[in-house]
Amino acid sequence: MASTETKTTDTRAEGDQQLASVEAGLDALETGVVSRTSFQQTFVNKILPPIIAIAVVLVVWQALISFKIVDDPSKLPSPADVGGEFKEAWLEGKLLEYIWTSVSRGLLGFLMALAIGTPLGLIVARVKFVRAAIGPILSGLQSLPSVAWVPPAVIWLGLNNSMMYAVILLGAVPSIANGLVSGIDQVPPLFLRAGRTMGATGLKGAWHIVLPAALPGYLGGLKQGWAFSWRSLMAAEIIASSPDLGIGLGALLENGRNASSMAMVFEAIVLILFVGIAIDLLIFSPLERRVLRGRGLLVKG
Amino acid sequence: MATTLAKAESAESVEYAARIEHVSKSFAGPAGQQLVLDDITLDVAPGEFVTLLGASGCGKSTLLNLVAGLDQPSAGSISTDGRPALMFQEHALFPWLTAGKNIELALKLGGVPKNERRGRAEELLELVRLKGSYGKRVHELSGGMRQRVALARALAQDARLLLMDEPFAALDAITRDVLHDELTRIWEETGLSVLFVTHNVREAVRLAQRVVLLSSRPGRVAREWTVGIPQPRRIEDAPVAELSLEITEVLRGEIRRHGQH
Repeated sequence: MASTETKTTDTRAEGDQQLASVEAGLDALETGVVSRTSFQQTFVNKILPPIIAIAVVLVVWQALISFKIVDDPSKLPSPADVGGEFKEAWLEGKLLEYIWTSVSRGLLGFLMALAIGTPLGLIVARVKFVRAAIGPILSGLQSLPSVAWVPPAVIWLGLNNSMMYAVILLGAVPSIANGLVSGIDQVPPLFLRAGRTMGATGLKGAWHIVLPAALPGYLGGLKQGWAFSWRSLMAAEIIASSPDLGIGLGALLENGRNASSMAMVFEAIVLILFVGIAIDLLIFSPLERRVLRGRGLLVKG
Repeated sequence: MATTLAKAESAESVEYAARIEHVSKSFAGPAGQQLVLDDITLDVAPGEFVTLLGASGCGKSTLLNLVAGLDQPSAGSISTDGRPALMFQEHALFPWLTAGKNIELALKLGGVPKNERRGRAEELLELVRLKGSYGKRVHELSGGMRQRVALARALAQDARLLLMDEPFAALDAITRDVLHDELTRIWEETGLSVLFVTHNVREAVRLAQRVVLLSSRPGRVAREWTVGIPQPRRIEDAPVAELSLEITEVLRGEIRRHGQH
């Protein structure tokens, strides 16, 4: 009797061992091999193409000047003239000042938009009445060019920094709020059910399930919100340039126009573009990539 | 302290893991109220493994949702011994957390103190034979591994009843067989009660102590079988196949009725 019992436990343990090894084999077979791209590959695939594109633009630009296709420097300055403008601003120590004036305004405005847009988006997404009441207006506001807010903002607040921030907020808050709303709308119901069976309801559910699940949509909204902030700010700076406000990039552009210096106008446009791209590349793209990669949502190109 | 008290109480008074009494459920459909479940009465004893078997439209998933407390019955009552854990056909793991953190979230929501969570999560991963997968992201795991993490997460809720809604239906046959063996082993080790929904007759017989067949539209308990075949069973075993054949005949009879009118 005792011997049969030990025998059954023996075969059981043996079967268990076999099961474990079969399982380990299956796991190994089904887990993909993760490969890391080398720096050389990254360079060839990601860094080289934009460098070539910029070089081509410069060559074509220089060709237009060299072959006298456009020979009016007040219409098209040469790359060297624009470069000289940069050099001069740099030597006077003003280049970083221009950039910083605008970037600090833009980022501070964006942070304020973040602080207002996030709770607003949460309320619109979760409260039915609020959604019916202001949801359509909020998405409609996204298609309103933010330049339209400059005249009323100047009348209400005067030519000062508050007016700039007001224009940024009106441009960026709807984007951020809408991003969060669509992020929350796209949370798979399965996650909510799984959360509920684990006891994540109400605020706990919002914190542990809804918000993290909505993060990719929210980040998309932030990215767009930054683009809107930056555009609104440039519009405000161009229209409302005043010596008291310091010279930002928009004011630089306007000064260039007033001085009929096309080289300065080009300098300003290049800087505006550069800052917009740099903030996206340094802050938003890495953030978005990190979130998407962590969730396996990033398709390797 | 409070939990020990509750457990002691339930040990005296509760002689079931789930008690479903005269439960009906209807939904508002295009043709007025549609009855999905009709007067279901079913008990799951502590430590018992019951499979709910039925064709499409028998309301087996609806019944599971009711037992899980995700929905309310239209009539009748359901009581369970504590809040049950639920496993879905899709793994439902949160992709923003690692395998280990998914389990820890369940522990956290269940009130396990912070310093115990990591160790407990590692233990549970070891139980489903995924030692060393703590830091893996969900998308780095295969289908079978994901369902095992989902099982570990369900076990982390420390429920006395585990509800499973066709959890292996989306897996390939080889993986499914292995997970049947795993589930049987874990069920025997933990002494959990399991209510397992499936439309796969052999799977039902392979796993359960008791198979409950539901008829379709509306779902009613059509018949029950007690499965006396000793574990460990295999899905190819002759007694499993034999009983499966018998149940399949009854199931087909149930389905045939719907084609006649």
